[in-house]
Amino acid sequence: MSGAETIEYREAIRAALDEEMARDERVIFFGEDVAVAGGVFAVTPGLDEKHGSERVFDTPISELAMATGAFGAAVTGLRPVLEIMFADFLPLVMDSLINQAAKYWYISNEQASVPLVVRSAMGAGGRFGAMHSQSPIPWLQGIPGIKVVAPATAGDAKALLKASIRDENPVVFLEHKRLYSVKDPVPAEEILPLGEAAVVREGGDVTLVSISKGVRDCLRAAEALSERGVEAEVIDLRSLRPLDAETVLRSVAKTNRLVAVEEGPLVGGWASGLLGIVAAEGLHDLDDAWAIACPETPIPYSPSLEDEFLPAEGRIVAEVAARLGAGAELKSGA
Amino acid sequence: MAQKPITKAPPGGVDADAALDLYRRMRLIRIFEDTVQSLFQKGEVHGTTHLYSGQEASGVGVCSCLGEGDRVAGTYRGHGHTLALGVPAQGLMDELLGRATGVCGGRAGSMNVIDVDNGLIGCFGIVGGSIGAATGAALSAKLLGSGTVAVAFFGDGTSNQAYFHECLNWAQVERLPVVFVCENNLYMEFTPIENVTAGAIAARPEAMGIHTQTVDGNDVWTVREAAAKAVEHARSGEGPAFLETLTYRFVGHSRSDPGKYRKPGELDAWRKRDPLLLARASLAERYGITEQQLDAADAEVTAEMDTVVERSLAAPFPDPALGGGEFK
Repeated sequence: MSGAETIEYREAIRAALDEEMARDERVIFFGEDVAVAGGVFAVTPGLDEKHGSERVFDTPISELAMATGAFGAAVTGLRPVLEIMFADFLPLVMDSLINQAAKYWYISNEQASVPLVVRSAMGAGGRFGAMHSQSPIPWLQGIPGIKVVAPATAGDAKALLKASIRDENPVVFLEHKRLYSVKDPVPAEEILPLGEAAVVREGGDVTLVSISKGVRDCLRAAEALSERGVEAEVIDLRSLRPLDAETVLRSVAKTNRLVAVEEGPLVGGWASGLLGIVAAEGLHDLDDAWAIACPETPIPYSPSLEDEFLPAEGRIVAEVAARLGAGAELKSGA
Repeated sequence: MAQKPITKAPPGGVDADAALDLYRRMRLIRIFEDTVQSLFQKGEVHGTTHLYSGQEASGVGVCSCLGEGDRVAGTYRGHGHTLALGVPAQGLMDELLGRATGVCGGRAGSMNVIDVDNGLIGCFGIVGGSIGAATGAALSAKLLGSGTVAVAFFGDGTSNQAYFHECLNWAQVERLPVVFVCENNLYMEFTPIENVTAGAIAARPEAMGIHTQTVDGNDVWTVREAAAKAVEHARSGEGPAFLETLTYRFVGHSRSDPGKYRKPGELDAWRKRDPLLLARASLAERYGITEQQLDAADAEVTAEMDTVVERSLAAPFPDPALGGGEFK
């Protein structure tokens, strides 16, 4: 590892693509307005000039064709990365993703793998409304055969995207729109294995688990809770499939309390699923466990409605303080 | 029984042995499908099946124009595409019977057969999936400069799917070396295709400027000639080609379909244009091959299939304890 520079999340993603395309000429990148225009979130400008318009190109507004083309190319010698502009458009690619890419390695009896990456921008908080703000994670997590990765920092974005591109089977790589402009230190040479959660803050009183932007909300909540005498451990899952439940179980063995913070609905979401795993495998360690998620409605537009809808720092602090409040035995607290 | 398809043969320009091999391949598909039907009724083939009987000239004619490195994507009615490409009948039958020795180890079944080594990207259980897979394979062929083509087989009903419209457009824009073969057997499952389709299917690729042909799909020589042109066009780098083969399936859509929607006399009329009958007549006319020689070829294929079935029935089922296929 040769030092770290502090760059934007979007720049880290661009650097990962750039480096992997330079390293392996089988890597290609395509999507709507990604080449000449550089992407609607300005993630990919310059890649077409550097790597050529054969390998970096714009497509029609044909998400299904893009996904199935990536699949067909992946099983015949290329390593495609495609961008689906908003994760809300992923339902348009689902047949190819579910029935082709995810199943091929297994049903072919492992004759051929499917090295493709679908990059997509997800997440609410930008007043984009119901069809440009969703988390696709509940749609994706129940598909054996794909990996679902969602980095919380610029450093992880680069290291995990590089790992995703080198992975031999399909990865959906989710970038939170509210993170594109955040800056973090990014190590020059780092590749993180997929499927390993990170303990990003240590604490003994309660475990806060999240992914993507939710991790940053949890870290801020943890600082606020610390001022109230509650020390929270914060875990960044980094991927939801594979799901590193072991790291969560180890933390819960220490804190005895688990809060899963999900930007998505409670019913059918990853947070509920994680609570189920912890209940099944770590019930003896649990004093309390719950999820902080979104209401069971589409994502609203108006700032007053959207702010209330999302599981933000304030709600995490309030719920944890209330449930660990008067009479709670805190190991490291006051 | 030869298993290798004729490769890179010029249109029409095959000798008597190669011509007889085309006929054998069509007969193999017919007997294979009859056998599948019978094994299904005995409970040896599971789930459902979609038979290719009646459409043999289309798959065999097209695949006979392909060469080393070319790739094919078929449909859930894919046994014919698979055998036409040269995938061994034993591996296919073992797969249909759910055996460990099947071409996909029993994991895929009738609708989803994959044989990478033999150029079969796969057969796709979802209508239109073959179009996408072949389009992607053609993207690889173009960017890797392999000089190969990819072929997508699909039915008439697929012309109303998003895969069709999106991929044809994209393939033409990118000038991808892909051949789209629409096997028009008149019915979208149970519904006459004209009841659910605006305009002619071939008018759609024509509107995109794609090289398009519509031919008699029951005459293997006609299909071969048109397919050779289509493959040549795609291989030359000028972009995709579209080939509509007009044909008819002699059996129901799937194993549970008695075909009551057929118009009176329609099946009988098509039976008179059975691709095997047409091939026998043309082999006699063009090459002087006798009835006795053709019957002998049929007997050989029948004997081969008997052996295939015997071996398939004796083959082991996959062991669930072995697991596999997971990637964390």
